[in-house]
Amino acid sequence: MASMIPAIAVEEALSVPDSDGEGAGDPQRRRVPRIRFWRGIVLLVAGVYFLIPLYAGMKFSVQNDAGHWSLYAIKDIPSETGFGAAFWLSMRIAGSTMVLAMVLLVPTAVYVHLKLPKMRRILEFVTILPIVIPPIVLSLGILDVMPEFLRASPYLMTLVYVIFVYPFVYRSLDAGLTAIDLKTLVEASRSLGGKWISTLWHVIVPNLRSALLSAVVLTIALVLGEFTFASLDLWTTIPVWIYQFSQLDGHVATAVCMLTLLGTWVLLIAVVSVDRSQSRRARRRTGAL
Amino acid sequence: MSSDVTVEDLAASGLGISNSQAGGSGLPANRHRLRRAVRPVLAMAPFTIYTLIFLAIPTATVVELAFRSHSGKLTLANLNLIEHGTFRLGFENSILLATVTSIVPGILGVFLAYTIHTSRSGLLKRLVATSSGVLANFGGINLTFIFIATIGSTGILTAWLTVIRLNPWHYGFNLYSFWGVAIVYMYFQIPLMLLVITPAFGGLRPSWREAAENLGASSFHYWRTVGVPVLLPSVLGGILLLFGSGFAAYATADTLTAGTVTLAPIQIGAYLNGNVIAGEENVGYAIGFGMLVVLTVTMILYALVRRRASRWLR
Amino acid sequence: MTSTQDEGSLTSTQAGPLIADSSTDFVRGQGARVELEQLVRVFGRTRALDGFSLSVEPGEFVALLGPSGCGKTTALRVVAGFERLDGGRVVVNAADLARVSAQKRDMGMVFQSYSLFPNMNAVNNVAYGLRMRRQGSRQRKKKASDLLELVGLGDQATKYPHQMSGGQQQRVALARALAIEPRVLLLDEPLSALDARVRAELREEIRNLQLRLSITTLFVTHDQEEALSMADRVCVMSSGRNEQTADPATLYARPATAFVAEFVGVSSRVPVERTGNEVVIFGQRCPVRSGGTSTAYELVDALLRPEDVAIEVDSGAKGFVTNRNFLGATTRLTVQVGEIPIRVDVRSEVAGDIDPGTHVRTKIISRDVLVAPRLGTNPTPS
Repeated sequence: MASMIPAIAVEEALSVPDSDGEGAGDPQRRRVPRIRFWRGIVLLVAGVYFLIPLYAGMKFSVQNDAGHWSLYAIKDIPSETGFGAAFWLSMRIAGSTMVLAMVLLVPTAVYVHLKLPKMRRILEFVTILPIVIPPIVLSLGILDVMPEFLRASPYLMTLVYVIFVYPFVYRSLDAGLTAIDLKTLVEASRSLGGKWISTLWHVIVPNLRSALLSAVVLTIALVLGEFTFASLDLWTTIPVWIYQFSQLDGHVATAVCMLTLLGTWVLLIAVVSVDRSQSRRARRRTGAL
Repeated sequence: MSSDVTVEDLAASGLGISNSQAGGSGLPANRHRLRRAVRPVLAMAPFTIYTLIFLAIPTATVVELAFRSHSGKLTLANLNLIEHGTFRLGFENSILLATVTSIVPGILGVFLAYTIHTSRSGLLKRLVATSSGVLANFGGINLTFIFIATIGSTGILTAWLTVIRLNPWHYGFNLYSFWGVAIVYMYFQIPLMLLVITPAFGGLRPSWREAAENLGASSFHYWRTVGVPVLLPSVLGGILLLFGSGFAAYATADTLTAGTVTLAPIQIGAYLNGNVIAGEENVGYAIGFGMLVVLTVTMILYALVRRRASRWLR
Repeated sequence: MTSTQDEGSLTSTQAGPLIADSSTDFVRGQGARVELEQLVRVFGRTRALDGFSLSVEPGEFVALLGPSGCGKTTALRVVAGFERLDGGRVVVNAADLARVSAQKRDMGMVFQSYSLFPNMNAVNNVAYGLRMRRQGSRQRKKKASDLLELVGLGDQATKYPHQMSGGQQQRVALARALAIEPRVLLLDEPLSALDARVRAELREEIRNLQLRLSITTLFVTHDQEEALSMADRVCVMSSGRNEQTADPATLYARPATAFVAEFVGVSSRVPVERTGNEVVIFGQRCPVRSGGTSTAYELVDALLRPEDVAIEVDSGAKGFVTNRNFLGATTRLTVQVGEIPIRVDVRSEVAGDIDPGTHVRTKIISRDVLVAPRLGTNPTPS
């Protein structure tokens, strides 16, 4: 992904209460079927427009050069040159990014929510910056400023990706923390004798499950799709590998794309359904609806 | 700031609670006031330091180097460079691309969102919500390859269209060009607009519509006097967001055109890959600076518009 | 009702009780007669309205009272035209409204909350209906301002909804509904989202305004205190039907069904023996109240109001006080008689001596007793 902006939109969409079928008294119901006809057409056209490329991608993945059906493109993936290394690299980077982002942002977010509410605005602003400062520009700066030993290590990507995921992770956490009554939970835990670490681990984190899950998934999705910095930093992660390999075999490259997409989709669906139901319940509880 | 009762307070009130954390009661007042002031600073330190190192400094460097020549002197030469020739073209193209891929998907997105909003199928709404979430986040290269598979010169759709003699390539279409990039961008810009604008529709309370009807307004009047004005900030916000997204995107354009299309982000990429002309050594930074300016303006406008929207849609 | 022709010198400028001498001639109430005949509305498998009928006289204030799900809001929305009818008719001034769209029904509606248009200030909100009726700009601004004065918000004219409190918003909503000089005023739990003090104030004001303008009004609420204090008549609804419609006093004193008796006011349920038209309760013989629907049933419960029962301290009696609640002028005691808790009101001066645990004898002091089919039985008329 080349920009953080879509992620913000996803996060915002998740944070808005549904209208829960409020259109029950919709006067449209009494209207002419003519409108329903147009609606059908619009949806049909939109559906087709979005489905065709997906279909094409899928078809291309299961074809060989002669145009016949073949699963070679998928079966050969693990054995293609460099795939294993790229896959393993991407996994390592995804994992380390996830861990680092959590370790850095969770305590910070919790602390700010509890003790420094005024800092929240500043924190919100800072975590929006990766939108104003696009990956390409940040890459420019990083590659100039970072010392040689970092630039030689793949984990520079981890360090940079953590910045890239600021928006999702912080905002997920922020929404999650707002939905639970953090202050009360912490005071209860402390009054019962819990020290800070155990409060964090046993009380706060379990209640943030959905927010954390959503943050983790979005992080993984970003890392697995990030091309800009990886290519400029000259490391072969999956996206970079796909691009390079496409010169050799378009089918395999496309197949990997489709698989990545499928994986992301499944994860996102899981997160969205868990998140929607949990945040809806939380919002009702806090009377914000 | 912090209003919780500390152990020191309890100790002072005579309850005799001791706690090794506080070092027992009886700290001189100044020392623990200082300690209390220091605590927030310490707590925020990791985040602050990290952000400084990996965000603030690199960005500041870009800005600074935009105004420095290769030898280190302060200069406006880099900025001059990007105002002419191919760099200027790069900016113009980027802005054009961003404009086109924000306004068109913006409008389409609004109508699509309305269509979905007025549907009574909860399933449809959820399906659209998740799909938009996924499609809007499409990794740059994934999109590239899927579109090549679709409408590339040997793409599936191309093949179908050839059968009915409507092969766009025969009519001068080229996927690996500026306009090809624009078409590909639509694919994630429309879902992005959907994502942004659907909550806004959800914020349109049915009671407004009913009140308007009750007071004698027709559907048209309702939209004109209440619906559109209330939605407008959100629509504008969405378009601005799309603009930023289309302007800053790199991966799709780069992989689709192998870095040959004239766009500002691509030019930075080329610069980083070593395509540097003597005498123009720091021009990459100037381009970066220019992009920052454009995006900052965009996001400021976005924030302003959003504030208006959220006030009304509460 | 005053009739000083006082163009524009209305005196109320605070958000407070209306001053009696401000002219209301610029808004003429129209008292329409409303007939709801056997309304039926089905949602999936629920019958939200199940043959609901009601007659409203011109200028009358009728409250639709009932628990959630009883159909009161549905009934209101059907009258407004926001819900289709699956059966029955809505008739206003002898005209059937079946083919009339909500837009053209000429009724003013006040919603529960957040119905003001957020993109318009108070004046423009109030003037909206007039704008739809193509009145000239200056004319409608004037009328809107006057109406805002009438509801005590003259100084808030240029404020936007998000700058106003809940109570202020509802006043503006009321002014907006009145601006079109509707035939009928419909209020859908307008006070439920407000806090208690504001609610009490607005209750009075809405009622006063309604009286002066003589607009036929339908007011939906689940709060019986609200209904009883504001309405000319209250229609108690349950499961989409009209349980009983009567003026508040009658509703309270002579509930027609067990549902009404228990929903309106407090009542205690006591299983009793019945012989003919009398029941034996606390060892006394009392006549059964006529007019209820259960005079034919064998196994019955008596429904007693706290003021229907008196007590005497008697250490030999089997009943004893389990609870004592100070309510101001009266104190409500809970007396355990056998297995039944009975609520009894006594004057607070004497209640002080009656601690929980005191043995008391209970006596019926009302002239008759309302009975209902015994709880848990399947009643068939004998």
